Amino acid sequence: MMDAVLLARWQFALTTIYHWLFVPFTLGMTITVAIMELMYVNTKNEIYKKMAKFWGKLFLINFAMGVVTGIVQEFHFGMNWSEYARFMGDIFGAPLALEALTAFFLESTFMGVWIFGWDRLSAKAHAIVACLVALGTNLSAFWILTANSFMQHPVGYVLRNGRAEMGNFVEIVTNPYLHGQFAHIVFAGLMTAGIIIASISAWHLIRKNYVEFYSPSVKWGLVIAIIGGFLVSGAGHFQGQTVTKLQPMKMAAMEALWETEDPAPFTLVAGIDEAGRKNNFALEVPGGLSFLTQNSFTSGKVEGINDLQAQAVAKYGEGNYIPNVTAMFWAFRAMVGAGSLMLLVSLLGLYMYKKGKLLDNTLLLKAIFWMLPLPYICNSTGWYVAEAGRQPWLVYGLQKTVDGASPFVTAPEIWTTIIGFTLVYIFAAIAAIYLAMQHIKAGPAGNNSHDIIETKEETKLWK
Amino acid sequence: MEMITSNLNVIWFVLIFILFAGFFVLEGFDYGLGILLPIIGKTDVERRQMINSIGPVWDGNEVWMITAGGAMFASFPHVYATLFSGFYLALFLMLAALIIRGVSFEFRSKDPAPAWRKTFDYCIFFGSFIPALLWGITVGNLIQGTPIDANKHFVGGFFDLLSVYTLLCGLAFILVFVYHGALYVSIKTTGAIAERARATALVEGVFVAIGAIALVVATYVYTDLFKSTLATVAFSLAILCFLVSWAFTRVRKPGMGFVFSCLMIIMIVGAYFAGLFPRIMVSSLNPEWSLTITNASSSPYTLTLMTIVACLFVPIILCYQAWVYITFRKRVDEKDLHY
Repeated sequence: MMDAVLLARWQFALTTIYHWLFVPFTLGMTITVAIMELMYVNTKNEIYKKMAKFWGKLFLINFAMGVVTGIVQEFHFGMNWSEYARFMGDIFGAPLALEALTAFFLESTFMGVWIFGWDRLSAKAHAIVACLVALGTNLSAFWILTANSFMQHPVGYVLRNGRAEMGNFVEIVTNPYLHGQFAHIVFAGLMTAGIIIASISAWHLIRKNYVEFYSPSVKWGLVIAIIGGFLVSGAGHFQGQTVTKLQPMKMAAMEALWETEDPAPFTLVAGIDEAGRKNNFALEVPGGLSFLTQNSFTSGKVEGINDLQAQAVAKYGEGNYIPNVTAMFWAFRAMVGAGSLMLLVSLLGLYMYKKGKLLDNTLLLKAIFWMLPLPYICNSTGWYVAEAGRQPWLVYGLQKTVDGASPFVTAPEIWTTIIGFTLVYIFAAIAAIYLAMQHIKAGPAGNNSHDIIETKEETKLWK
Repeated sequence: MEMITSNLNVIWFVLIFILFAGFFVLEGFDYGLGILLPIIGKTDVERRQMINSIGPVWDGNEVWMITAGGAMFASFPHVYATLFSGFYLALFLMLAALIIRGVSFEFRSKDPAPAWRKTFDYCIFFGSFIPALLWGITVGNLIQGTPIDANKHFVGGFFDLLSVYTLLCGLAFILVFVYHGALYVSIKTTGAIAERARATALVEGVFVAIGAIALVVATYVYTDLFKSTLATVAFSLAILCFLVSWAFTRVRKPGMGFVFSCLMIIMIVGAYFAGLFPRIMVSSLNPEWSLTITNASSSPYTLTLMTIVACLFVPIILCYQAWVYITFRKRVDEKDLHY
């Protein structure tokens, strides 16, 4: 029988990762669609309108899933983590309320206008609406990451009345952890959107369907993926340096670096022995980690897990302050590996496209299509590293995860919600995937209700 | 200025009231419409007309609830913690229902198969019925009192939330929302469905009247709401608004009927907030242990910050949401079906 805290963690992880499957695509896609619409306004080229509509509608299915699973997130902190909510509410509540007031209203209100406004608004007004949606979604990422960054690296607070109270709001929104994280996430969203567009376009191009539509689409997808890919790597690099300073234990766990080293190597693969707190074997690039964290191969101390554990015990008392090293190590490598692979394939794809050889290269098109799962792997493992690397802390250095759970919510109750949410999520996912596949298979011509309305024919069917 | 800074928690009590009033007015007709969907929507086109009448706005309406939750977290974190961990399974049911309702609006009409559409029609029905019922039960529990101990912890279980009074509140909420939703459909659609919705509102109004009488009696017996003069006035005004609304609907002015049903809902929410004040969650174990605007609130710093933010953004939100309603003011006819 698992205890309630562990179950609560599982429940949180499940619902958050599930929600997180849909969010990055939303972040990147709102920007992409807004750009497509702006291009349409500027050039009056119909292809942009077609692209905005087709990709926009695919995005809508995803958006709906993101919205409904997001409702759970809003109430989660009270349901399973009431003591956390009491301890942190004074600080955490504010960005959450700000998110709702400045971002959720904006995105959901204008999303409705976006869907229903094609024939009520001018092209220009519709493009502005698309921009507002993009602003809303990405602003919401900023606020929730503001809250999350406080949990990773508390700043601007005072401990008073048995809780963390807000001392300085400006410090909270200028948290050094926040900037790298926000950039990393927004760019990851852009890359996700690019890869999904490229991948689906490739699927059609292999079959020579609607080449006049999917050929520009694949180019757009690859370009966005490449821009996003470079930016996300850059932001990730700087975020890694920030984490080394602010959360050295997270960095050490990510790298399975048990002992402090100067210079520290970058470990490609390792056989990790968590019980013995050592690696049985490791394939290393000498000085690599020092270079990544401090820009020098020859010098640069990186603290190891064992030293950091000893420091934590001295500071906070007895306890295990080490996250799950094996999972952290491999999750990080999965993220970087999948990300690099996507960037390489995209670069190759764009190069061949420019040479006019991509559309006939079935093998490369297939490779582009099979990138579809990679952004999801990157996003999930990346978020896992960020959150699991914080353990055993709920709020770094201030509140442990075990102290944050709701004391009177029982294990059977949590089981009920785990099973319940899982069933609901499976039901919704099956419907969403079914619809997305239908929409993708139908292509740009086959599945456009707005066109149907314009021609005043069928009214009954969406198709 | 002194008056404002020393009464920030009162201001936030009022702001939370405004958010909940906005939420129940706007989502009220969404819930009511969802409950009515399989009942008065006789054909597929009629059902699509109904869904499309809230198509551009339901998501924005739901954000009122999200915001009310977030604002409660920011201003009264103890209420947020106690309410949502205490009403755990009830909240789970509500969230599950809202998830299903949300995807159903989006997915329902994207496939022509009758079985597909029927499934999602029922999902919309239950996805609207369950939250409406549970919100009624929740509001009833806030005022009637729940087992909250000296440490602000809810120490009961799911079945402690169900009593004669709270179930009656749940029923009353459903009746009110269905009435409200029927009026919305009657002013936002054309053809047979609009007329049927108006007729439904008139008949449903009789049940609302019976429900209101039962609720007044039960509220008097089970709670201390009528000890507050303000609450008593608000409750009376709610009933008055309802009567005016019904009369307008009767003489074929459902637009005015809808305006007064909005006012009715604001008055109902106002009555409960006034009856609670200065408490937010009443403890049934010991009145001293109730969560109040004093012992459950955030620090003055956070409240000040949030007051500035709310005063800045709530008017902006009201403006652009109003713009959306104006942009989509046209009734949804049989040819105008985006969803």
